[in-house]
Amino acid sequence: MSTPETSSAATVGTNPDLTPPSDRQILSPDHDAETLTNKVSSIVFGRTPLWMYGVFALSFSLVGLLLISVVYLVVKGTGIWGLNIPVAWGFAIINLVWWIGIGHAGTLISAILLLLNQDWRNSINRFAEAMTLFAVACAVMFPLLHTGRPWIAAYWLLPYPNTMWLWPNFRSPLMWDVFAISTYGTVSLLFWYVGLVPDLGTLRDRAKNIHLKRLFHSLAMGWRGSAKHWHNYEMAYLLLAGLSTPLVLSVHSVISFDFSVAQLPGWHATIFPPYFVAGAVFAGFAMVMLVMIPVRFAFGLHDMLTSRHLQNMAKVTLVTGFIVCYGYLAEFIFAYYSGNPYERYAIAENRPFGPYNWAWMMLIFCNFLAIQPLWFKKVRQSPVALWVISFIISIGMWLERFVIVVMSLHRDFLPSSWDRYAGTIWDWGLYLGTIGFFFSLMFLFIRFVPMIPMSELKILLPEARVKGDGHH
Amino acid sequence: MATAISRPATYGLMAEFITPQALYDAVKAAKAEGYEKLDAHMPYPVEDICHEVSNHKRSKVSMIVFIGGLTGAVFGFLFQSWAMGALPWLQDLTSQIFNYQGYPYNIGGRPYLSWPAFIPVTFELTVLFGAFSAVIGMFALNGLPSPYHPVFNVERFSRHSVDRFFLVLESEDPKFDQAETRSFLEGLGPEEVMDVDW
Repeated sequence: MSTPETSSAATVGTNPDLTPPSDRQILSPDHDAETLTNKVSSIVFGRTPLWMYGVFALSFSLVGLLLISVVYLVVKGTGIWGLNIPVAWGFAIINLVWWIGIGHAGTLISAILLLLNQDWRNSINRFAEAMTLFAVACAVMFPLLHTGRPWIAAYWLLPYPNTMWLWPNFRSPLMWDVFAISTYGTVSLLFWYVGLVPDLGTLRDRAKNIHLKRLFHSLAMGWRGSAKHWHNYEMAYLLLAGLSTPLVLSVHSVISFDFSVAQLPGWHATIFPPYFVAGAVFAGFAMVMLVMIPVRFAFGLHDMLTSRHLQNMAKVTLVTGFIVCYGYLAEFIFAYYSGNPYERYAIAENRPFGPYNWAWMMLIFCNFLAIQPLWFKKVRQSPVALWVISFIISIGMWLERFVIVVMSLHRDFLPSSWDRYAGTIWDWGLYLGTIGFFFSLMFLFIRFVPMIPMSELKILLPEARVKGDGHH
Repeated sequence: MATAISRPATYGLMAEFITPQALYDAVKAAKAEGYEKLDAHMPYPVEDICHEVSNHKRSKVSMIVFIGGLTGAVFGFLFQSWAMGALPWLQDLTSQIFNYQGYPYNIGGRPYLSWPAFIPVTFELTVLFGAFSAVIGMFALNGLPSPYHPVFNVERFSRHSVDRFFLVLESEDPKFDQAETRSFLEGLGPEEVMDVDW
């Protein structure tokens, strides 16, 4: 491995023909601090690639669908959805859980892998964390819209002094949700922004236009890379990671309490918190790969998002996938061991043999069978195979929430109250709309924000290590 | 000479280095020479340099976050207990001061102070307050946002965020002397030594 001299650095920066990184490397050995900066900031300062107009138009048209679905919902009320009694929680809750779960990979990558000293997370953490922010933004729409009149949702959700002396019930998991999700969104934003500050400073120094310079300077808070600043910055960043780690575990646990605190067979299980958290990471990593693989290809980022990144993510997906499958198995064991006929019916009969057994069978296919190829290195090395598997997992994790929410509700204790449930066109419109919203924000992020953390990636360069005289 | 009224002619002198190792050695040399008001600027955190420049002092951010997190925990738990009407002494206090109090709901016959149910929100508020104290504390300790700083007057300084490493010796330092300090810095083998104008 050669340490490039500064004279050759300038030529490498303009030359895309870098030595491709090997299977183990997380960065092409030809890169130095300058070429890294050039490459990442050129995406922000360069022209918008043509394909991006196309994909943005597509996703933004789905935002149009979102607006139509929201307006019609507000005009007509939640009756336009497929909700009924007993299935009073439908797509809105399925999508809430799905989106929040997708966000979890971002925090896992940025916080937990930082604490575990996994340096490969340095190249992908900003990307994954941006996904977290946008996924949370999509997620919160659903419970707010589910209230029917979202503009007065604050009236029930937030504790504020009011003339009636009434407070929300803090003993309710739904109230815990309000705090868990809003804290999660806020802390993720803070963490993301703090990570972005040094790179905004870099963009300021690279910008040619004085107005852009001023804009980036303000956004970077006048960052000047002082060692004294870095000293506090590193501590703050580490502590944010330390705070985010239990936070991310708590968020999906709290969401799982929405179900497990209730008495309904199929919901009332102690396995739910770890099972939900693992499922969230599983779905989240799938979504990271789903978005990152095409972006890596489109911008030619193979020198920074290497095969090793994809292989590591594939391994995490496989492991968390198995934890999820263990959850499915545990539910069956609980159902049998409990001796409770309702529990047995809900899990062991209604799921595999009931009217929605197609959802359950597809779930087993997507989340168990489809991940088995990840055992093979050849599959983990193939971006196309990973992309296809990630797509299947994303569907599988949506189905999992469908199975949990709808299949538990539609047949509860009394057969006289059983009913069927299906999402209407408005349910689907809102769901597809949030997918468009997510991807629109993602494309804006890729276009206007350095998606690879330059300062964090430079720490991985061989010349970044200093030989001190031994006292620490 | 600098007096209390007229400030020194320049903010200080800046030396540019190519590698973090060179900057680290320069910081050590400057400290050995007796310079105290100095700073290093770099595109990414190099731990040894950070420790050297901040005189091996622990960052105060951790204490701020601890206090912030503790505040969040205490506030979160007391607020919920108060709002659920579970703490009579707090009810009395707030009704005397604000003429306002919590509302004791009887939900399924559970005790008013059903503390295990208050833990999730207490935890979330601990994290929320802790995170805000980390970010606000970090920026406050660093004196940011600061729109203007003399170092930005040096044109070559724009590479501090890309790949170059800068040592700044400030003119406020009692040991600072325009000519002597410059020759000292030039002896460290930098790319260039520059005046930092105010």
